[in-house]
Amino acid sequence: MTLPLSDLAAILPELIVMATACLVLALEPITPAKRKEWLAWLSLGALAVCFCLTSAQMGVHATVFSELIVIDPYAGFWKLLLYAVTGLTLLMSLAYLKEERIHQTEYYGFLLLALVGMMVMVSAADLLTIYLGTELMSLSLYILAGFKRADGRSLEASAKYFVLGAFSSGILLYGISLLFGVAGSTRLSAIAAAVSLRSLDDPTLLVAMILLVVGFGFKMAVVPFHMWTPDVYEGSPTSVTAFMAVAAKAASFGAFLRVFLEGLGGLKANWHTLFLALCVTTLVLGNVVAIVQSSVKRMLAYSSIAHAGYALIGVVVAGHASASFEVRSLGLSSVMLYLAIYAFMTLGAFTIVAMLRKSGLEGDHLEDFSGLAKRQPVAAFLMLVFMVSLAGIPPAAGFIGKFYLFMAAVEADLAWLAVVGLLFAAVSAYYYLRVVMVMYMREPQTSADLAPRLAASPVMTVVLACALAGVIVLGLYPTPLVSLAAQAVLALK
Amino acid sequence: MSLDYSGFPWLSAVVFFPLLGALLLLLVKDTAVRWTALGITLVELALSLPLWLFFDPSTPRMQFAEQVTWIASPAINYSVGIDGISLPLILLTTFLMPFCILVSWTAVQTRVKAFMAALLIMETAMIGVFVALDFVLFYVFWEAMLIPMYLLIGVWGGPNRVYAAMKFFLYTLTGSVLLLAAILALFFHGGQTFDILLLSGVEYPAALQFWIFLAFFAAFAVKVPMFPFHTWLPDAHVEAPTAGSVILASVLLKMGTYGFLRFTLPMLPDATDTFTPAMIGLSLTAILYGAYMALAQTDLKKLIAYSSVSHMGFVTLGIFALNAQGIEGALMQMINHGITTGALFLCVGIIYERTHSRLLADNAGLAGPMPRYAAFLVIFSLSSLGLPGTNSFVGEFLVLAGTFLWSKPAAAVAALGIILAAAYLLWMVQRVAFGVPVAKTAPKLIDLTPREWVTLTPLAILVFWIGFFPNPVLTPMHASVNHLVEHLDQRHTAVAHRHAPSNDQRQPTVLSRREGIP
Repeated sequence: MTLPLSDLAAILPELIVMATACLVLALEPITPAKRKEWLAWLSLGALAVCFCLTSAQMGVHATVFSELIVIDPYAGFWKLLLYAVTGLTLLMSLAYLKEERIHQTEYYGFLLLALVGMMVMVSAADLLTIYLGTELMSLSLYILAGFKRADGRSLEASAKYFVLGAFSSGILLYGISLLFGVAGSTRLSAIAAAVSLRSLDDPTLLVAMILLVVGFGFKMAVVPFHMWTPDVYEGSPTSVTAFMAVAAKAASFGAFLRVFLEGLGGLKANWHTLFLALCVTTLVLGNVVAIVQSSVKRMLAYSSIAHAGYALIGVVVAGHASASFEVRSLGLSSVMLYLAIYAFMTLGAFTIVAMLRKSGLEGDHLEDFSGLAKRQPVAAFLMLVFMVSLAGIPPAAGFIGKFYLFMAAVEADLAWLAVVGLLFAAVSAYYYLRVVMVMYMREPQTSADLAPRLAASPVMTVVLACALAGVIVLGLYPTPLVSLAAQAVLALK
Repeated sequence: MSLDYSGFPWLSAVVFFPLLGALLLLLVKDTAVRWTALGITLVELALSLPLWLFFDPSTPRMQFAEQVTWIASPAINYSVGIDGISLPLILLTTFLMPFCILVSWTAVQTRVKAFMAALLIMETAMIGVFVALDFVLFYVFWEAMLIPMYLLIGVWGGPNRVYAAMKFFLYTLTGSVLLLAAILALFFHGGQTFDILLLSGVEYPAALQFWIFLAFFAAFAVKVPMFPFHTWLPDAHVEAPTAGSVILASVLLKMGTYGFLRFTLPMLPDATDTFTPAMIGLSLTAILYGAYMALAQTDLKKLIAYSSVSHMGFVTLGIFALNAQGIEGALMQMINHGITTGALFLCVGIIYERTHSRLLADNAGLAGPMPRYAAFLVIFSLSSLGLPGTNSFVGEFLVLAGTFLWSKPAAAVAALGIILAAAYLLWMVQRVAFGVPVAKTAPKLIDLTPREWVTLTPLAILVFWIGFFPNPVLTPMHASVNHLVEHLDQRHTAVAHRHAPSNDQRQPTVLSRREGIP
């Protein structure tokens, strides 16, 4: 096998991010402590270049490396989202790591390595390549989760994430090997061909499919494979939590949708029911358990589970046999739209949590938000916007995301599912609004009078401004993103 | 849609001016916030007057209409316009807002800027609800209202405000999410459009109408609030600051009944027919139950809150009488209730600032120290109980006339509600105005300040003006209400042709519906 130059050119963004990650890791020891920030700026520059390159690739539809990697608008959509999320996480980390006194530049290297893994996941057309991407992402995240080395909870998060993650990877790999046994190849196209020759209730196929659901379900934090999420999200450094909740989820959904639609599209009738059940349990459990959380980070962890449930509504529609092609495409594009919108509002909310971090005070407890509207009116208002958006109340962007999902569900004749989702959106309003209540309707605690230093940090301001702009602009004028997602979906077979 | 304006997007200006004003407030110094907010609401009132002056009452068509594509796929438009049903409600909103600012002048001392901004954002959302002609746009305004109202109650409210705010929010949100499901179902079955006028022209299958009626009912009945979904209202009213109570009673409650008129009746005529007895039953229950509860209250705001439940029962009764008198009476009553109950809440706010109590017992015998205040209280109470010569008489009379055509016993029961209203309101007036004064506080009470004069006088004038000359308010309604009733009749004739056996039963009602007021 040769490596044609054109194939390498196609994966230039991946190569650039990879090279930057290695460069950051290599330069770390020889960079003077004062200049460590420069490596973050270098990483950010690389992301900007990749953003331009991938934007230019959006019209391309090509398979490279003998069908291992596919470059199409679908992958492009996810990559653009991932660059944006990684860039914002980088900026936020810049201030947050210093406050936590863990400003070591390996952090940026691992962040970029995780990004490469995610890019491979959304771009791969072969199960093993997807697996490689998943592992690269997960291993980097295990390390990042334990980055607060002096904090027991961070270490616990890392260890827990690693052990459970390793299990899920094993299960995923087992499913892949069964599919290889059926198809004689791990290419999605070959698997699709093999599936079409077999009967729908072929036990090997079914077992393989279920194993893949479990493996991906773990990465996407779907109930009942969500057990790791609250502890890991709570213990990890807040910037890493934000990255996991947003980027890792988006990349997992990206890979998962491609696998199930392109590879296992023939088994729609089977996995559709399975996802219907997962979707409803995820919506119920995520939303109900979020109500009783007293830590905002934990509440956001359960909320991220609940949002995976909403996104699954679109997946169910995409696999609904009796729905027309247009409706299934709508279901799929609404998943992408939803996760993109979710990214901005969740990043924003986590940034506010990170901002409240002060020495000696974690800042993630609900009580730490008491009277925030009096202490820091701007931060409180931003949190209000993000909470309202997460609850799906217009005119914030969260409403648009839910609107398209529920519209797809109603059009696919799954009106009851839309009603369930809507009712749980009303439930979710309770715990999101509780944050608003604590900020606006309680008096500040005496110990919390000290303004956190991060509030004045310019990079935090930039991150919050971007998140706010995302939530407001996408809420008032979603058309460009909607059409981008609609075009991206057409790339999937 | 007619383009009978000079090219200037007048309606959009009316909708978004308060929002711009709220942004402007951020730039203003703290000391000037009150005057700026008052100025903005007055300019807004001035902006809304041309809608009335240049409104053509001869046509039921949407006027001052504007349409711009908002989202291309699916086709969601920024589409607004007004007819005789929405015009009075918009004017009511813009008219009451300056008084909300005035009554908060000294009552609100903390975070004044945020308070005024929330009021102005509310104004945009409320007017938006009344002008929206696209269902998604309507829903956006409808929901956008929740957050500022939640903050108004929760931040500036009474001791139990957090509970009341959350209750208000969750009640209305749960109703509203079902509305969204219904909107999506209508989109799917009504030809892939969110245009309210187009959707009103579609004939939906009876089974679909049944479910959509229930979803609409969940959203609108909570807002009205209809018995048994009224339990959030007393809490919200008691805890809300005076301006919040006024907005709540005068405008927010009307959105539920507006929803019935704008969506339920035209879109779901068959289901409306099925549910009419139930709706009339609930309305009558609300009238009697609200009045009965009001009799037992010791808190002034709670008393008025329950009287609202009773009065809104009249409005829903008129709507579901399904004839021109009933609907015009209901619309009239929506306006009257807005003016009268708003004024009563203003009165309570004024006295609360002095005695810091809303209990009837603590506010007894005010006629001695505050004769002018007592006079206003008597005027608004008499208006609320529907004394001839005041505004409410006109509305209640029309509602009863409409109900009489539908069913005589129902009208008799409703009339009982008026008697009860007289009982609780006169009893309240007797104690508050003419009771034995509380020795400690009475000597210190000062009568109305000039600011309070300015707040109450226009409303009192309006009470008598509408009471003696209701035509300026009624005239713009005629064409739209008749159009709505004709639309209902056409559908019934169509149904009657299909189901011949029920023909003889329907025919009398159809005829009686046409006897609209000329």
